[in-house]
Amino acid sequence: MNPVEAAVRWLNDPLNWTNPGGVLDRLGEHLSMSAAAVALGCLIAWPIGLWLGHTGRGGGLVVLVANVTLAIPTLALLTILPLTFLGFGRPSVVAALAVFAVPPLLANAYTGVRQADPEARDAARGMGFSGWQLLRRVELPLAVPYLAAGFRTAAVQVVATAALASFVNGGGLGQIIRAGFGLDIAAGGGQILAGGALVAGLAVLVELVLALVERVATPRPLRAGRRRANRRAADAVAGG
Amino acid sequence: MSFRLSYRADPGNPWFSWQYVRDNSDTILAAVREHASLTARAVLIAALVALPLAVAAYWFRSLAGPILAFTGVLYTIPSLALFAFVAPYLGIGAVTVLSVVVLYALLVIVRNAVAGLNQVPPEVREAAEGMGYGRWGRLFRIELPLALPGILTGLRLATVSTVALVTVGVVIGRGGLGQLIFAGFQNNFYKAQIMTGTLLCVLLALALDVVLAGVGRLLTPWLRRGSAA
Repeated sequence: MNPVEAAVRWLNDPLNWTNPGGVLDRLGEHLSMSAAAVALGCLIAWPIGLWLGHTGRGGGLVVLVANVTLAIPTLALLTILPLTFLGFGRPSVVAALAVFAVPPLLANAYTGVRQADPEARDAARGMGFSGWQLLRRVELPLAVPYLAAGFRTAAVQVVATAALASFVNGGGLGQIIRAGFGLDIAAGGGQILAGGALVAGLAVLVELVLALVERVATPRPLRAGRRRANRRAADAVAGG
Repeated sequence: MSFRLSYRADPGNPWFSWQYVRDNSDTILAAVREHASLTARAVLIAALVALPLAVAAYWFRSLAGPILAFTGVLYTIPSLALFAFVAPYLGIGAVTVLSVVVLYALLVIVRNAVAGLNQVPPEVREAAEGMGYGRWGRLFRIELPLALPGILTGLRLATVSTVALVTVGVVIGRGGLGQLIFAGFQNNFYKAQIMTGTLLCVLLALALDVVLAGVGRLLTPWLRRGSAA
């Protein structure tokens, strides 16, 4: 039996879905820890990014954060954090994942505020807006497309990385793949492939859904520039 | 108070230990060597695949969208899932790690190379055409050299992320330094081993990045002369 047939057979077995530790359990774990990590990342990165963008300082810091986190292996954070005060279990996994959500969120918040039309900023200043009002009523709304793009990048990244939580028995869909590798390639090939399809499918699904959310979240007048914003936002991370 | 002091002085499981490094230098060096060689081979293969793709995307505008979309989808697929797709066919070994890592590195290299090629000024292109350069001559003598900064940026980013990604290879037992980290975790959470593996990973990424930056400086002397003068 080739691996694809075995994978289809594995996925077709209802018990593989409903058993304790089955696909549905793992999916719930995967989504809940990803959501917590993205939320934590937003709480940390957005205020800092918006403030740095508002003051126009710290561009170097944003780049530095992006480059440093690129070099840190996920596996290292996943194994180190449980040994610190965070302890074993959910909090350390969520913290490790949040670290990888921060760079895209931070870079996009920063870029989003920086790219706000200087004329709009001047006009707001001329109308007597304080720095805080300027940030909240002019720069923040104009940065929404970037924030949404950053959110999408970060969420997809976290959902993808959450599969690695299985290395430290942190749960999630990656657990299915790991269990398959634990069997043996010949015996577990189907399960490995099925787990891979589930993880990849979830990542692509999240990407598509958030692309839709991003479109809805972007006010109509800003939509024309959306593609450009996306590309620049992506460059802000990758070209970092 | 006394409890805290004894806890601090606890010699059982320090975060870093020179003695561990000395006693296990063979294992550590082997892991570094495997990690470095996997990374170097992966980036080399990725560059050999990605650059022709980038040139194709640059020459034929209609191909640019599909090529970037295809590498983008590969990049979206989680690394563990890619291992799961590849391992049942290629088995457990360096080839599997290499192919996964290469697929990942493609996007970064292609995107930066295309950006670099697109930055070649049109007047330069026209001048080259007027001097009688053919399509290939123009590519190798004019466009690729001018796109070098972009290409090198892509290679550096790909190298750094590849060093981090190779550690995921522990899932099939070929993770280089990841093997060290993971074994430390499974061995009663031996912090010194985990930390050594992590530090060496980051240092390896940094070292390779510096080497590539140096190569870039040597290959693009005109950029330096401009700023020095």
